[in-house]
Amino acid sequence: MIEVVRPGPLATVQDLGRPGRAHLGVPRSGAADQRAFRLANRLVGNPEGAAGVECTFGGAALRFRGHAWIAVTGAPVTLRIDGRPHAMNAPCFVAAGAVVELGTPTSGLRSYVAVRGGIAVDEVLGSRSTDLLSGLGPAPLAPGDRLPVGSPGGLQYINVDVVPVAAMPETPSLRILPGPRDDWFAHDALSTLTSSLYEVSPDSNRVGVRLNGPPLERARDGELGSEGMVIGSLQVPPSGLPIIFLADHPTTGGYPVVAVLASAAVAEAAQLRPGQRLRFRL
Amino acid sequence: MKVRRVGDTALLVETGDLATAHRMDAALRSVPLPGVVDVVPGERTVLVVADHTTDLGSLAARLPRLRLAGDVAGDAEPLEIPVVYDGEDLDEVASLTGLSREEVVRRHSAGSYTVAYLGFSPGFGYLSGLDPALHVARRASPRKAVPAGSVAMAGPYAAVYPSRSPGGWRLLGRSRLPLWDVSRDPPSLLRPGTRVRFVPEERS
Repeated sequence: MIEVVRPGPLATVQDLGRPGRAHLGVPRSGAADQRAFRLANRLVGNPEGAAGVECTFGGAALRFRGHAWIAVTGAPVTLRIDGRPHAMNAPCFVAAGAVVELGTPTSGLRSYVAVRGGIAVDEVLGSRSTDLLSGLGPAPLAPGDRLPVGSPGGLQYINVDVVPVAAMPETPSLRILPGPRDDWFAHDALSTLTSSLYEVSPDSNRVGVRLNGPPLERARDGELGSEGMVIGSLQVPPSGLPIIFLADHPTTGGYPVVAVLASAAVAEAAQLRPGQRLRFRL
Repeated sequence: MKVRRVGDTALLVETGDLATAHRMDAALRSVPLPGVVDVVPGERTVLVVADHTTDLGSLAARLPRLRLAGDVAGDAEPLEIPVVYDGEDLDEVASLTGLSREEVVRRHSAGSYTVAYLGFSPGFGYLSGLDPALHVARRASPRKAVPAGSVAMAGPYAAVYPSRSPGGWRLLGRSRLPLWDVSRDPPSLLRPGTRVRFVPEERS
């Protein structure tokens, strides 16, 4: 059992989400930065999809009622267990009664806490993820919440001491693939997109990263019929300012998508913080 | 049928119309293609999402050649949704359409609808088939909370709010039929292609 002492600005339970139900209006949801999330689970011997905690802007404090092994990955934070500093991207032993504290990240946005055995809250539609758009899954963590921990029986041994992880770039360059609706935009829209600096707006969340920068001009008027949307889509509303869809994005949308992030860039997008600048490249 | 690339894991098939989108959706559900993880019909498209191991090029070549069945809904009876027509926006809809309250209700409940696609929130189906005389814009400012079961319409679509959510559609009434239940599998009574009728019910 884990007791939430402080959740920080936003902490949610996440796993790999609810794929396969988008036709029913159910977003995939799940950890926003799946690369960091899967690493945290591997470090403690869990299957990659075991539920853990996604901390937005750090700040969380969790008291462990029993002995546990944990790993913290993602946005770099100071990690303290009963006040003693520990390394990120490494398995750490937490003695019963100890408090795990995450500081504020020095770069990036989302840090992940995996616990050996996984967080064992009830599943909703096959997943323990909190979906902030549709309200599925457990509510965001609040002080006093108690999270059950699953049994570590049958798990892999813990066999890695620490994993070297590249620092997050100050101004990331996210690779995009044009389309599916780049033909709805002026012919120079893609070159505007790839030659400009964009800045992350403060009203970004798990649904999407809103951007400020040069607007993309439409080449045609009229309405696009609503169509299915994927994670990483750069959807462009009438303002011309793209929104990068993250894990809790709506399953269908009626604004044209000028380009889609390469899958490998979605994890980088999930670590963008408000005010940060970024580029796009083809 | 044009197939567009959607990033490195998905394809968007332009079917040209809703009926073909539903037939393709049905074909992909009855015989799932290897590697496909999500199939999402839209108004004139089907989005096909694959896993990272799938060769999108060969998938793109295969999709337009799929054998599509005839009418998807077939002879299935339409889902009947009971409605108590006492919605907050009935008078406003009457004045916007120039019809009487009773005529708005009559036309809404006389229609035969098809779930075009779902989106906005889990289980929220966009129902095509709304009488053109009832097409009105959504409210200038959305309500912060629309109760679950609210029967509503906006533009060319009718809908029932499956759960409590914000919303700008015009409210005509309410239904006691639970369209969305996470303890059911599938959780939604509405799926793309489901046919629907609204049946007026006395105030309860």
